[in-house]
Amino acid sequence: MQKQAIFQSKLLPYALVAPQLAIVLIFFYWPALQAVIQSFLLQDAFGLSTTFVWFDNYIELFRDPAYFESIVRTFFFSFAIAVSSLSFALLLAVMADKPLRGSMLYRTLLIWPYAVAPPVVGVLWIFMLHPSLGVLARYLRALGIDWNPLLDGDQAATLIILAAAWKQISYNFLFFLAGLQAIPKSVFEAAAIDGARPMRRFWTVTFPLLSPTIFFLLVVNIVYAFFDTFGIIDTMTRGGPGTSTVTLVYKVYSDGLLGGNLGSSAAQSAILMIMVIVLTGIQFRFVERKVTY
Amino acid sequence: MALRHFGAAAALAVTVGFGASPAWAATEIQWWHAMTGANNDVIVKLANDFNAAQSDYKVIPTYKGNYADTMNAGIAAFRAGNAPHIMQVFEVGTATMMAATGAVKPVYKLMADAGEKFDPKIYLPAITGYYSTSKGEMLSFPFNSSSTVMWVNLDELKKANVDIPKTWPETFEAAKKLHANGHATCGFSGSWITWVNLEQLSAWHNVPLASKANGLDGFDTKLEFNGPLQVKHLENLVELQKDKTYDYAGRTNTGEGRFTSGECPIYLTSSAFFGNVKAQAKFNFTAVPMPYYPDVKGAPQNSIIGGASLWVMGGKPADEYKGVAKFLTFLSDTDRQVYIHKASGYLPITKAAYEKAKAEGFYKDQPYLETPLLELTNKEPTENSRGLRLGNMVQLRDVWSEEIEQALAGKKTAKQALDAAVERGNTMLRQFEKTAVK
Repeated sequence: MQKQAIFQSKLLPYALVAPQLAIVLIFFYWPALQAVIQSFLLQDAFGLSTTFVWFDNYIELFRDPAYFESIVRTFFFSFAIAVSSLSFALLLAVMADKPLRGSMLYRTLLIWPYAVAPPVVGVLWIFMLHPSLGVLARYLRALGIDWNPLLDGDQAATLIILAAAWKQISYNFLFFLAGLQAIPKSVFEAAAIDGARPMRRFWTVTFPLLSPTIFFLLVVNIVYAFFDTFGIIDTMTRGGPGTSTVTLVYKVYSDGLLGGNLGSSAAQSAILMIMVIVLTGIQFRFVERKVTY
Repeated sequence: MALRHFGAAAALAVTVGFGASPAWAATEIQWWHAMTGANNDVIVKLANDFNAAQSDYKVIPTYKGNYADTMNAGIAAFRAGNAPHIMQVFEVGTATMMAATGAVKPVYKLMADAGEKFDPKIYLPAITGYYSTSKGEMLSFPFNSSSTVMWVNLDELKKANVDIPKTWPETFEAAKKLHANGHATCGFSGSWITWVNLEQLSAWHNVPLASKANGLDGFDTKLEFNGPLQVKHLENLVELQKDKTYDYAGRTNTGEGRFTSGECPIYLTSSAFFGNVKAQAKFNFTAVPMPYYPDVKGAPQNSIIGGASLWVMGGKPADEYKGVAKFLTFLSDTDRQVYIHKASGYLPITKAAYEKAKAEGFYKDQPYLETPLLELTNKEPTENSRGLRLGNMVQLRDVWSEEIEQALAGKKTAKQALDAAVERGNTMLRQFEKTAVK
């Protein structure tokens, strides 16, 4: 049997991947490992006294009913953010894909929000919907709706989901548009000749051919909702009213950075990490089967 | 060859150049702070004045974000081994700083080691009490202090024919009248819900917030703010929230615009709100002392301070500490304190500066700037009104706010909410006690 040796040297392939490996190790695995170590420690904010406490930080978390509430809430939020931003982005992409005058302008405008930092998104939405500062809030109140996210937990949750989904729409839009443009026009023409109406063409032709993009974005959006939304929550509600907008990642942020409780915060990140690994695993195992590449 | 010569010549030139300049000789002192706008200008001017007044030391102020950001930056820098010399820390970070023995250098020790003249008695005890041990040793240097006051829109009160209220029952009555008279969305409100309605309320009525003199006497303190006074007060707020006679304005000070816009004619918040009111309010205003419950014996007591102080970080060489000590003496100067007071609206920290501002007639035009001082010095501070020192205070406040919000939203009774706030807070205090350096 003939060996398929493209590289003569045995070391060269390793040398070539080494920089990438080093970056992954230093910037991803090393901090992750540190977080796991930290989660077994009890330490003051300045790092002056350190005690090894085994699984105390984890036990403490699972004793706290509020932690379970925040797990359930996080799943709900992530689902709501992913579904709303994906469906809305798809709608926009389908519309922007049509031959329109000035479509470049629309596309550029639709991509813009992605460049905005999460806390800025928070501030932006506050200016629209804060009960006393907000422009939109004033109209809502004039319509007789008692809009008060400072005390109404459901309204605050809606606000966070809206803002977080809005920010992600541009990113999704970009991928959807690229996905749509990659579908050969001849397929549509064939379907049209066969007498398929636009809605039917969308569901039987466009949607299945977009499925790899949709699947990819689903994973990305869920990871985004899990990890990247604390800036928005911090500027908009700080987890309130009550605990109605405290998600897992916001709790990591507030316990660790605001509270200086690094052990518990690290334990929470470790749990969060496991959750996202499992979730991504499930997606690839079960959802990916429905994807046709 | 030529290159080597050039290098040597350049090195020589650099050495000579810097050696000759006095800037090189000055010991640099890093000062991290959280002041923006006009207050940032005050900080820069203070540093420049100090640098111009002598040539041995050079104070370099650096803005590091808001209070929490500045503190986190300082902690991170300490962990990385390059902490600043002076760090401005807000009052709620006091316990965290104090618990970090070795990370900070107490001010009384700094002054003694540096041989700098230092008399803790020249400072206003209501302010230094917050930053001192029970033995009276000053741990940090008070810089910008404020207190809670009640801001009043005089025009709107006049329109509704309401007198400025002094007690809580009077305030509720006034709010009801204002509510009926065109302020349907907000008769009265306030910022910093826990600071105003738990912390200040307790001190102002000489009721404990926590055991061990509110934590000043040790970290093994327990929260006690679920007593009858605090429960009754929260019940009142819950009742008035129903028709928006009182309307909750959030945990921090984001709701302050409701006063300057005229929406809420009565608003309880920090005296440091002064700058914004002056710049934005298009009506006659004043600030009066916080209301009190007249049926509580001895009320009002005295208020406690907010704002920030300067902490000196540990592990620096003695000659740098000497500069820090000189700088603190420089800040204590009477004229300088009067300047800070006038320019920023924060309180003067020395008795002499307060007297001087008074003698100059400063409070005749702006009586509301004296209000916080009158509150702080209203009576000799007691165990319950000297100050607060609770670990993890930033997060504690968030937990308390969460529970108060549940009560205001009608999901819990006032008593249930405060009981839960005490219980959850105590768990956090025990956690803090475990990590505090012994």
